[in-house]
Amino acid sequence: MFEYLPNIIFVVVLFLGLYFFSRNLHRLYRNINLGKQIDVSDNKKQRFINMSKIALGQGKLIKRPISGFLHVVVYVGFIIINIELLEIILDGILGSHRLFSSYMGSFYGYLIGTFEFLAVSVLLAVSVFWIRRNVIKLKRFFGDNMKGWPKNDANIILYFEVVLMVLFITMNATDLKFQEMNSGNLISGYIYGFFSDYSIESLHLIERASWWAHIIGILIFMNYLYFSKHLHILLAFPNTYFAKLNNIGEIDNLNSVTKEVKLMMDPETAFSNDVSESDEIDKFGSSDVMDLNRLQLLNSYSCTECGRCTSVCPANITGKKLSPRKIMMDTRDRIEEVGKNIDLNNGNFIDDGKTLLNDYITKEELWACTSCNACVQECPISIDPLSIILDMRRYLVMEESSAPLELNNMMSNIENNGAPWPYNQMDRLNWKE
Amino acid sequence: MEKNLHVKTMADFAAEGKEPEVLFWVGCAGSFDDRAKKITKAFVKILNSINVDFAVLGTEESCTGDPAKRSGNEFLFQMQAMTNIEVLNSYDVKTIVTTCPHCFNTIKNEYPSLGGKFKVLHHTQFLNNLLKEGRLKIEGGEYKGKKITYHDPCYLGRANNEYNAPRELIKKLELELIEMKRCKSNGLCCGAGGAQMFKDAEKGDKEINIERTEEALETKTSVIAAGCPFCNTMISDGVKAKEKEKDVKVLDIVELIVTAQDL
Ligand code: SF4
Ligand code: SF4
Repeated sequence: MFEYLPNIIFVVVLFLGLYFFSRNLHRLYRNINLGKQIDVSDNKKQRFINMSKIALGQGKLIKRPISGFLHVVVYVGFIIINIELLEIILDGILGSHRLFSSYMGSFYGYLIGTFEFLAVSVLLAVSVFWIRRNVIKLKRFFGDNMKGWPKNDANIILYFEVVLMVLFITMNATDLKFQEMNSGNLISGYIYGFFSDYSIESLHLIERASWWAHIIGILIFMNYLYFSKHLHILLAFPNTYFAKLNNIGEIDNLNSVTKEVKLMMDPETAFSNDVSESDEIDKFGSSDVMDLNRLQLLNSYSCTECGRCTSVCPANITGKKLSPRKIMMDTRDRIEEVGKNIDLNNGNFIDDGKTLLNDYITKEELWACTSCNACVQECPISIDPLSIILDMRRYLVMEESSAPLELNNMMSNIENNGAPWPYNQMDRLNWKE
Repeated sequence: MEKNLHVKTMADFAAEGKEPEVLFWVGCAGSFDDRAKKITKAFVKILNSINVDFAVLGTEESCTGDPAKRSGNEFLFQMQAMTNIEVLNSYDVKTIVTTCPHCFNTIKNEYPSLGGKFKVLHHTQFLNNLLKEGRLKIEGGEYKGKKITYHDPCYLGRANNEYNAPRELIKKLELELIEMKRCKSNGLCCGAGGAQMFKDAEKGDKEINIERTEEALETKTSVIAAGCPFCNTMISDGVKAKEKEKDVKVLDIVELIVTAQDL
């Protein structure tokens, strides 16, 4: 009975890890579904290609070669080293030791050797990341709301990676059986030297401790994701899949408005048919996260907070308050707040007197946008901060009529004489003279 | 020396029972703004010089609704759009060319789902096509060999992925193109888009057009070319603010062609 204790503990730990993870995923799914439905069922092939290129192939990261290369190292390392996870889990459940080694023969050595090489590469890459963030203090990692949690989060994850990689190497280095195989201990073979005067028992103890810490660390990491910008390692895939396919210059035409405008322009049809069908009049634009669509909410959860968008935003560059990254982070913070509210109130949202507009994002930010699409172009995982800005402007104009005075003048000019300036439409051909 | 421009409206064509080859959508800036009117005329001169059978809507044209849409006024936008589409469809228009990337983007991308399906070209694309067909010939003129830089309008470049057409024309003019640090898909906005043209900027430490103009001036070229009347205004203002208007000209590509061909 006693001899199975580790297996039982392992299964319980694994189960807990997966249970909490699935709870997080469920919460994520529920929160995203608080947004409005959006039709993204078209053109599956192109969507698939985009996802493969941008998320899997990291196609947009290469634009900034240094961080792009380092990111690929960490990403590839992360994915490949996780193959090892399979063995660890099976070993844990079955109580075996390096289960795969007996089946794979010499290939096992190559595999682990690759993992070790990658682990060290990841360590190096992560160190550079840390230096860029904390020593060089790259501008895009600071500014707007990159204080407190977002700042710590970025570092915590780097430390996490370091600890996991070090544990992985230590676990291999102190594994006598593995070292005796002398195949695949590419790096750990050297580390093994440090432990030469340790007794067999203490080596075993360190090996076991590292093994357990490693797997528990991974489970914690998995559950940490939901609270972190690192959710993007999962969400980058759906996010790039569902991203807009049309020219980025196109802004969607609001269907609810189309209906009304058609009625206005052609009153006869207004009375002839389907007036009864007129579903509940939508609120125009967005003042809170529930008015946004699901893609926009998915965007907010996917944001890596890398600040590429903000670093190219003309408004931000010239010192305005607007920061597209902040738009995404605010949206995520607010949808989280709404989600918690729902959890606390047995599944219903109780008005908390707050909205995304004003309490998170101010009008001043919204009106500073030139709709230049630089942020959209720059985002490595195809997030569209501009669409949120525009939906909120729509609310400001169509529900609150609170555009800046000059814009109101511009709009009444268009309404009255078909041009943003006060010229008569009848003079439109006068340039000829 | 100013030759008479030959401009017919859609209504003129309809009265003659004819159809033009293309509709030239002039746009609000091109119709009313003094600086932009020169660009309109330059483009017409080129069209006249090679006898392109084009028409304008004249008094039947109205704002595309772009600044309203980007301010958030979807109602006004769609009213404008549907009115325009009705006019365009009544003349059975198939191809539209415009000198304004905002009109270009709106008619091309946002009119189709409201019932307006046209082939839409930016004037640099249109001229490029004529060049390829051999109808238009361009060679270096007054500015030949001079250094020039080109500012990508957001709504032509990033929004619609057209970076080449204007550059091809510059090449044909035998100008030496010096790119700015931020160009093509990295191009920096001039500051006019999203209806910013019509309002003061929010508080900050700099105007966007100054930031962009400084970058353009860094190329040490004597001409800054653009393909958008709004960019043109913003950068011209920037050049003035930097007191460089004696040394540096801000010109639309069609104006360069007109000077080169001595039209
Ligand atoms: S679209 Fe707006 S938010 Fe995005 S980069 Fe341009 S100005 Fe900034
Ligand atoms: S929106 Fe994209 S570019 Fe901007 S911070 Fe998030 S992930 Fe980075």
